[in-house]
Amino acid sequence: MPPTLMQIIFLIGSAITLLAALMVVTRRNLVHAALFLILTLFGISVLFVLLEAGFLAVVQVVVYIGAIAILMIMAVMVTRNVTGNETRTFNKNYGLAILIALLVLSGLVVALNHWPALNTTTQDVDTSTVVKTLGQSMFTAEAFVIPTIIASILLLAALIGAIVIAGPGKAGEE
Amino acid sequence: MVSDPFDPVKIIADWLRDLMMNTWNFSGDLAAVILKAIGAFVIAGLVLMIFIVLTWVERKVAARFQDRIGPNRVGPRGVLQPIADALKMVTKEDTTPKNADKVAYNLAPILSVFSVIMMWAVIPFTEKWIGADLNVGVLYIAAVGSFGVLSVLMAGWSSHNKYALLGAFRGVAQLISYEVPLFLSLLVPVLLARNMGVNAIVRAPAHWKWFAWMAPLAVVIYLVSSLAEVGRAPFDLLEAESELVAGYHVEYSGMKFGLFQAGEFLHSFTAGALMAILFFGGWQGPGVDQYPILGLVYMIAKTAVFYFIFIWSRVTFPRVRIDQIMSLNWKFMVPLSLVLLMGIPILDYFFQNDPLRIPVLFGFNVFLAVVALGFASRGVKRGRRPRVRFEGRPVAVPPKEDEVAA
Repeated sequence: MPPTLMQIIFLIGSAITLLAALMVVTRRNLVHAALFLILTLFGISVLFVLLEAGFLAVVQVVVYIGAIAILMIMAVMVTRNVTGNETRTFNKNYGLAILIALLVLSGLVVALNHWPALNTTTQDVDTSTVVKTLGQSMFTAEAFVIPTIIASILLLAALIGAIVIAGPGKAGEE
Repeated sequence: MVSDPFDPVKIIADWLRDLMMNTWNFSGDLAAVILKAIGAFVIAGLVLMIFIVLTWVERKVAARFQDRIGPNRVGPRGVLQPIADALKMVTKEDTTPKNADKVAYNLAPILSVFSVIMMWAVIPFTEKWIGADLNVGVLYIAAVGSFGVLSVLMAGWSSHNKYALLGAFRGVAQLISYEVPLFLSLLVPVLLARNMGVNAIVRAPAHWKWFAWMAPLAVVIYLVSSLAEVGRAPFDLLEAESELVAGYHVEYSGMKFGLFQAGEFLHSFTAGALMAILFFGGWQGPGVDQYPILGLVYMIAKTAVFYFIFIWSRVTFPRVRIDQIMSLNWKFMVPLSLVLLMGIPILDYFFQNDPLRIPVLFGFNVFLAVVALGFASRGVKRGRRPRVRFEGRPVAVPPKEDEVAA
């Protein structure tokens, strides 16, 4: 049976994602690795679109690519000399790493094969109410408002901590 | 809606689909993909061609503001000047610094134009002509805007030039700082329209009851943040022709530099289009129900007005220093837009279907603006350097008689 359009797009998207993820860990040039990370995150966003989670796809781009990836790239750029940004790609533990990776892979394959929903198709979701449902579940008292508030306080603490650490000292200090 | 209004895009699309499916026997999926690809190419091509017109408009309007005429030699009134500019750009020598990171160096200008053209996928030209009617269109615009930040970083880093890197860091700091009030003020029409989809936001306000009357402060915040996001004067420290030579694109020449310029102009045009769509009703106007094509005319007219305002602010205001830019953002615009975002849904909830909705919201905006400017002026007065009393400098006087012998 010839692959449907969705299957073709899924195959291309996941191939690009996996290839980019492989490039992230094998490139010597750190900035190149960060750029391949951005491609990987973008491929994951494409996979979200295929699962009819449009909101999540866009949020993925905003949060991961627009904030986290830029943070990582800036960190790399600030801590490298302009001349040298090459790193060693392998260290001597690669045997053990390959063993553990194969174990995890086989564990995942076995676990997912026994997943009962493997052969069902996705249900049709009314995508026009997704954002509303998400908002309601994040902010109503009987849903998840308390985890939301705790997460926001955690982020606020991190923000204040960053400003305190990196900000100008009191007048009188340097 | 009147039965079968004249819709050339639908006619062409139907003809093409019929051609592909019946004559050439493509499957439905493949035909849909090809049609979408053709649509994407058409939109991207149109947007890039608008850049040609924009260079001419920019130079002529800026010239008129500065009491001169602008290009008028090439073609009648200089309309062929952009072609001369494009030829010059293309034939310039394409240099690459010796140790530049070739992948990132070539990718950066492409990304900068890419992020702008991607925005045009969700902009509705009329009621039916829209690239992709996402129901999270506004968030998509925010997402794609962050690609432009990436291109600045890549350009600065890959040039292998300390000063380009410094310019890139400053540029990224400015860009990501001003994304905060930009997104916050972008949320105001979303709140007022109860929908994140761009076409729904255009359709939501009744005729002439635009969101601009309900939230003029959001319009102002969006205008200033757009100016800073695009990197346009008065926030053009990113290029800063007189400082840091040219900022992050100092090592670019020829068509790559032309692509950066294209990205900047197109980004300001897109920002104008977004302002027209979100706050000023987009393609709505008198007579759109009978002739949907009029929506295109209204949309372009409104965008042109806002692009004119962008050019106007470029030639009027002096450049702002980077620390002034940052303090303006974090000390003034972010708290202001946060308070605006908190107050508007509360008021809107109570006055939803009330005819008093627009005056109340407008009054709240004015009140908030007055309060904010009061705080800001107090801060400005505190920051002013103390004035030294002028005592009068001693001028040279001839010495008195008893001091001559010395």
